[in-house]
Amino acid sequence: MKTLSKSVLGIPYALFLAVFVVCPVIILLYYGFTNGQGQFSVTNFLMFFTDIKTVGTLLYSAAIAVVTTAVCLVIAYPVAYILARGGYRRKNVLVLLFVMPMWINFTLRITALKEVLTVIEGNLAFHPFVNTIIGMTYDFLPFMILPIYNTIDKIDESYVEAAADLGAKFPGIFRKVILPLSIPGIVSGVTMVFLPAMTNYVVLDMLYNSTYIMGSLVGSYFNMYDWNNGSVISVILLLLILFSNVLTGAIHRKEKEYD
Amino acid sequence: MTKKAVQNLFLAGILFLLYLPVLILAVYSFTDTSMIGRIGHFSLHNYRFLLEAEELRQMIAGTLILALVVAVLSTLLGTFGAIGVFYSKGKWSRIVQFMNQIPVVNADVVTGFSVCVLLIVFFHMDKNTYIPLVIGLVSLCSPFVYLSVLPRLKQLDPQLYEAALDLGCSPMRALFKVVLPQLVSGIVSGFMMSVTLTLDDYFISTYTKPSVFDTISTYVVNATKGARTEIKTALWALSTVIFIIVVLTVIIMNISAEKKKEEMR
Repeated sequence: MKTLSKSVLGIPYALFLAVFVVCPVIILLYYGFTNGQGQFSVTNFLMFFTDIKTVGTLLYSAAIAVVTTAVCLVIAYPVAYILARGGYRRKNVLVLLFVMPMWINFTLRITALKEVLTVIEGNLAFHPFVNTIIGMTYDFLPFMILPIYNTIDKIDESYVEAAADLGAKFPGIFRKVILPLSIPGIVSGVTMVFLPAMTNYVVLDMLYNSTYIMGSLVGSYFNMYDWNNGSVISVILLLLILFSNVLTGAIHRKEKEYD
Repeated sequence: MTKKAVQNLFLAGILFLLYLPVLILAVYSFTDTSMIGRIGHFSLHNYRFLLEAEELRQMIAGTLILALVVAVLSTLLGTFGAIGVFYSKGKWSRIVQFMNQIPVVNADVVTGFSVCVLLIVFFHMDKNTYIPLVIGLVSLCSPFVYLSVLPRLKQLDPQLYEAALDLGCSPMRALFKVVLPQLVSGIVSGFMMSVTLTLDDYFISTYTKPSVFDTISTYVVNATKGARTEIKTALWALSTVIFIIVVLTVIIMNISAEKKKEEMR
């Protein structure tokens, strides 16, 4: 009876999740697979994948997401590596400095960036793609630094010493020991940056990039009260998330097998 | 140059780029110019405007109250949810675990849109009651509370709870006197995370908020589309105030953490 009484405490939360997290997903499926009259239809999905405009949006947001993720990774990896293994005494304070911008409202940060970019470029409209990449990188960089730092920081020093004792030099140690062991961090950093980069259309709006990404489609269907098509986009994004989670789950499981 | 110097330079360069925009805005917020790059005179009129303009005051107060309400509800739900799941075994805990992951990995756009479709479109709930807004934000925040409390539960010494029962404590009393106090650090960080998530949120708020109400994020996005310069420069002041609050909070947290370490020795 003792354990039963305590597990009862979790019932409100379980119910809350069932009603306000699972039901919304089910309702998305319902609206995505019905037409305005409530009849079953896959027309909306077919329309999405056959219309050159929406397919273009999917490709454009994929391009934004791939480039943003790559830029974030290229900057974040050395930062995380130096933070973890640079021999700093007050590591956690330094890490905090890199994370702190995250706690300032992102719309205000993008406003600040916009002002600086306007001074540099004169008119933001000339370089919409580059500006968007800069904005997203500026916004999401801490999400890439943190998980990579955590995995590198946890690497057992004896592995590195063993490699050195066996005659490996720095490039070899990095390539054969540190990089493979930091892959879980890279994977979670990538998943934390890629999806927001496909959907956070506020960054584009604020930097005067008028091209749509997947998130902008949800926003514009919302403004048109087109719940069916909005749900279609949401379901496609959900499938993408599901796919990436299955993938990362597989990578993590493989990591465990090595241990 | 030594390796160490190159390292320091690299980190300093990235930090410089990360903070440059916010710092430039901070400098210009204390002047009377409305254009970055133009030289102006020292002035506090942006800060005065921030305090005096009714719509700005309401928007800031509204966002803060919303963040507190959401954080309290999320903390209660998430904490008791974590305790309940930790002490129940088998498929039920796995189901909750799975449901909990959905808002964490989901895109905010999708979370906000789906809550809007369920509550406002399907159940015809009135946006002006603020209920959809609060529910949407709690469904985003409570999973993070759950995730920060659960590891603390795993670190608990189960014998302490048993001992309390052996000494005649009722299970509920033992829970509040023995288990909860040991979870405080996880509960506090979950609460803080809920506050920052709510203050930062744009998407869930836009899709579920009453049309007359604005959070900082929705207000800033609308303001950048408008042409009112006094609003634009007042937001520079707001960004500076938030920056200062964040810096102070971090410093205070660090000092208190150091003190705790000293006491432990």
